[in-house]
Formats: sequence, structure tokens, C-alpha cells
Amino acid sequence: MQALFGQLLIGLINGAFYAMLSLGLAVIFGLLNIINFTHGAQYMMGAFCAWLLLQYAHVGDYYLGYWWALVIAPLVVGAIGIVIERTMLSRLYKLDHLYGLLLTFGLALVIQGVFRNEFGSSGLPYQIPALLTGGLNLGFMFLPIYRAWVIVASLIICLATWYVIERTKLGSYLRAATENRELVQAFGVNVPRMITLTFGFGVALAALAGVMAAPIYQVNPLMGADLIIVVFAVVVIGGMGSIMGAILTGFALGVIEGLTKYFYPEASSTVIFVIMVIVLLVRPAGLFGRER
Amino acid sequence: MAAIASRVVGAQRSRNGILIGTAVMAAVLAVAPFAGIYPVFVMKALCFALFACAFNLLLGFGGLLSFGHAMFLGTAGYVSAYAAKAWGLTPELAIIAGTAASALLGVAVGALAIRRQGIYFAMITLAIAQMMYFFYVQAPFTHGEDGIQSVPRGRLFGLLDLSQPLAMYYTVLVVFIAAFVLIYRIIHSPFGQVLKAIRENEARAVSLGYDADRYKLLAFVLSATLAGLAGAVKAIVFQLASLTDVHWTMSGEVVLMTLLGGMGTIFGPVVGAFIIVALESYLAGFGEWVTVITGAIFVVCVLAFRRGIVGELAAWWAKRRG
Repeated sequence: MQALFGQLLIGLINGAFYAMLSLGLAVIFGLLNIINFTHGAQYMMGAFCAWLLLQYAHVGDYYLGYWWALVIAPLVVGAIGIVIERTMLSRLYKLDHLYGLLLTFGLALVIQGVFRNEFGSSGLPYQIPALLTGGLNLGFMFLPIYRAWVIVASLIICLATWYVIERTKLGSYLRAATENRELVQAFGVNVPRMITLTFGFGVALAALAGVMAAPIYQVNPLMGADLIIVVFAVVVIGGMGSIMGAILTGFALGVIEGLTKYFYPEASSTVIFVIMVIVLLVRPAGLFGRER
Repeated sequence: MAAIASRVVGAQRSRNGILIGTAVMAAVLAVAPFAGIYPVFVMKALCFALFACAFNLLLGFGGLLSFGHAMFLGTAGYVSAYAAKAWGLTPELAIIAGTAASALLGVAVGALAIRRQGIYFAMITLAIAQMMYFFYVQAPFTHGEDGIQSVPRGRLFGLLDLSQPLAMYYTVLVVFIAAFVLIYRIIHSPFGQVLKAIRENEARAVSLGYDADRYKLLAFVLSATLAGLAGAVKAIVFQLASLTDVHWTMSGEVVLMTLLGGMGTIFGPVVGAFIIVALESYLAGFGEWVTVITGAIFVVCVLAFRRGIVGELAAWWAKRRG
């Protein structure tokens, strides 16, 4: 029983990261029509940003720890994302969407290669912040506080994003621009700026996930490379039409993966892809998607 | 009428050009080992060139970007290596077995992937390829990280001893040229024309009565089969089938070769493959910088150089002639 709940917890944690990453991908895809292959690399950059802050940025004895990283890493990586969007991606909007995929794939290779040269490919440890160390004994299982925090925090972030996009005026501009960019621009909304900021936001979300992941998985230049492929499968399963769909699919698939690890460990690395194949057979547009 | 006539003449001229180009390419490759060019390098480049040509058939002429083509290269490699080593099949049978395995995989994956289009197609092929990768990591017959090593080259048709370097070299060359000509024939057949029509405007092709999905599936299977042929030959030449050939980086590499050489051109993938293979063996000592340079080439190609080397040359030539 302990093992089952343990795997369930790991599944929920993985699901939290799937949800945050596929949410960012969906938001970017909605407005830019680009699948951001650098998403995994930007998640990794978030984690490294946190690690570097803890390592080198200090005033006397005061180090910029986890809580600072939660704010600084998304801002820094998001700013890098904005530079990428302004200097490169914006040249591709009039072309086939596939060029955006190819460009971001190349960028991901460059970023991952540079980090591997700089930091090697072995993982670097990142300490759990003092406030969140220790755990709770729930009777049926032991719950490390940091892991509970990750699940709760990512749920809050996901729901907040959902609220902003689906329930606020800013979000309604965003959804309108997703439907018809020219019309929204004609109403006097600065759509190009909105596109840039949306890309920056999606990237910042990936970086935030990276910071939260740093104490759980080790900080590693390749931590995002394989993860992004799984997230692509999650996106295909959920369909990119709905924000809530991305969140639910992310968490659900994490849990399913966790359960597979307990009941049939051999299939745990492939189960999400198998589910993708089944969904494609039954409902090609994805569970929450619509064909466009 | 005059315009049509000049177009027909133009097509005839470009067909002659391709014919001459193919003959020159075959002749250069045939004398390459005597000109002091390292045969192993050329064989490696030819395997990748065939792989890239097969990929280009799908992307350049079908407009479908597969981000998982490594699964066909790798699957054929594993099957033919296993057939040659464990079953003791002669090389030609091992290559046929490997190619057939990739063709079957191509039918299954193609039928799934063409259910979605564009960006989803790329993501689906990538995800299925990753699933195959994990399968090969765990399956006992692939020997995981070690791969299937010291695969015997054997005797072709029981006669020609392929452990002789030159015999192997010319076998690879003959397979490559035959496949290259086959791809040219496919592209210029009525099937190829319909495929191009679907790429340009699927709705219009459907309204003309063509079953687009069927054409796309056939293109996918042909591409997978030829990619498998490349993988099977590669496994026999290098006597090794390993996880490198099924990893997603390999799928990315073939995209790069095609993009760099010029997608939708006949010779582009060959040029791209030779450049990338040369680059990799030249930069082998620089470790991770190879990844950075590969990625940078991707970025430059997409931003400034979308027609690729052969495409830019052809455009320059056409402009010069007016």
C-alpha cells in the first residue's frame, strides 16, 4: 500500500509539471500558431537559473535562495523568450507553421549544447528550502512537505492562468486574437505586443516549473529534452483547444503513469504514448480539442 | 500555347539536367575510393543520403514533416542486424527483412499519423518514435546500450565476400543509386504529381476526386521503406545496430540534412547528408559543440536560407538564364 501511494504521489508531481508545461505550450500555440520546441530547454534554464542564483548571487552571507528564484528565474528566462520572439520567431509568422517548429528545435539544440559544455551532463543537486523540509506522516503514507507544496502551488498557478484567460478582460482580448487577429487589431488592440508578451508568459511558466522541479529532480542540462516529447504527447491527447483541458490531461496522465509504475513497471515509460495512439484512433482531435 | 510549349521544353531540359547530374554523381562516387577519399566515410554519407532522400520524399513532395523518421532507420537496422547475426541470413536477405520490418511499421504509424495534420503530424510521429525508442531500450534482443555488435557482413548472394572493403563499397553504391533513381521515378510518376497537388492544396485535390489520405499513406509507407533500406544497409556496413539510430536526435538530423541541402529538390538531401556527415566527423573532437553547431545551422537555415543549398543554386541559375 505504501508503495502504491508513493507512486501515486510521484505521478501527481509529474502530472503537475506536465500540466504547467502543456499549459504554456497551449497558450503559445493558441496565439502564435507555433509549437515551441524550446519549451523543455526553457524549463531547464529555469532550474539552472535557480541553481546559479544560489551558487553565485549573494550579498555578504545572504544568498538568493528558492523564493527569490521563483520570481527571478521566470523573469529572466521570460525576457530571453521575448528576445527570441522579437528577433527570430516574428519573421516566420507569414510562413508555414512548420518553420517555427524547426527554428525552435534548432534553438533547443543550441541551448542544451551550451549548457552541457558549461556544466557537464551529470545532475547538480539543489537543496529544498528550509521552510519546506521535513514531512507529514499521514498514517497510510509519508508525505514530504516540499512535494505537497509543488502539487498545491502548480494547481494554483494553473487555475490562476485559467482564470485570467477565461474570465478577465485581458483574457478575452487574448481569446479574441486567437480567433481573428486582424479584427482585434482593427479595434485598436496592440496585437503584436500581445503576442510577444504571451510568448514571454508561456516561457516564464516553463521556467517557473523548472525552479519548482530543481529540488526534486537534479538540475541537469538534459532534464527538459525527453520531458518535452512526453508533453507533446500530452498535448496531442488533450487537444490544444482548451486551457482547462490541458490542465486536466496533464494531471490525469501523470497519475496514470504513476499507477503504471506500480502495477506494470515495464510499460511506465511508454504508457502515455500508448494512450496517445488510442486517443488518435478513437478521437483524432484530442479529448478536449476541436479540429482547426 | 507558347507558354505551355516552353514549359514542356523547360521540363525536358530539367529532366536532362537531373539525368546528367545523376550520371556524374554515380561516376564520381565510383572512382572516389581511387581518388584517396576514405571509403568508410563515403559509405556512411551514402547511407545518410539515402535516409535523407527517403525523408525528402515525404516532406519535400508530400509536405508532411515527420519528426520520428529515426524509428524506421533504427528498426530496419535492428532487424537486419539480428537476422544476419542470430539467424545467419545472407546480407541481401537480412537487408530485405529489415526493410520489410520498416515498411510494416510505416503502414501502422502512417495510418495513425495522417489522421492529424501539420504540427500535430510532427508531434505524433515524434511521440511514436519515442515510444519505439523506449521499446528498444527494454527489449532483450537489442542488448540495450551495447547494441547488436559485430554483425557479420557475410557473402552477398552467397558469392561476393562483403568483408572485402571494395565489394562492400560498390554494393552500397549500387543500392544507393538504384534507390535514388526509384525516388526520382516516384516523384515524376502520376502518383508523385497527385502528391504534389495534395501538398499545394488538399481540398482542391479531394474535390478532383483524389483520396488524399490514401496518397499520403502510400507516400509515408514508401518513405518509411526507403529509410528502412538505408538503416538495414548501414547496419551491415558498420556491423552494428544501436540506440543512436532510434533516438530523436537522429530524427532531427535527417530533418537538418534535408533542410540544409534543399527540401523538395532531388539532389538537396544528398548534398545535405554529405555536408553534415563530413562536419560531424571533422568536429568529432569538439564534443558537445557539435550539437550547438548543428542547432545553429538549423536556425540559420530557417531564418535566412529556407530553400537550402541546392534550392538557392537552382533559383540563382534560373534567374541568370532569365
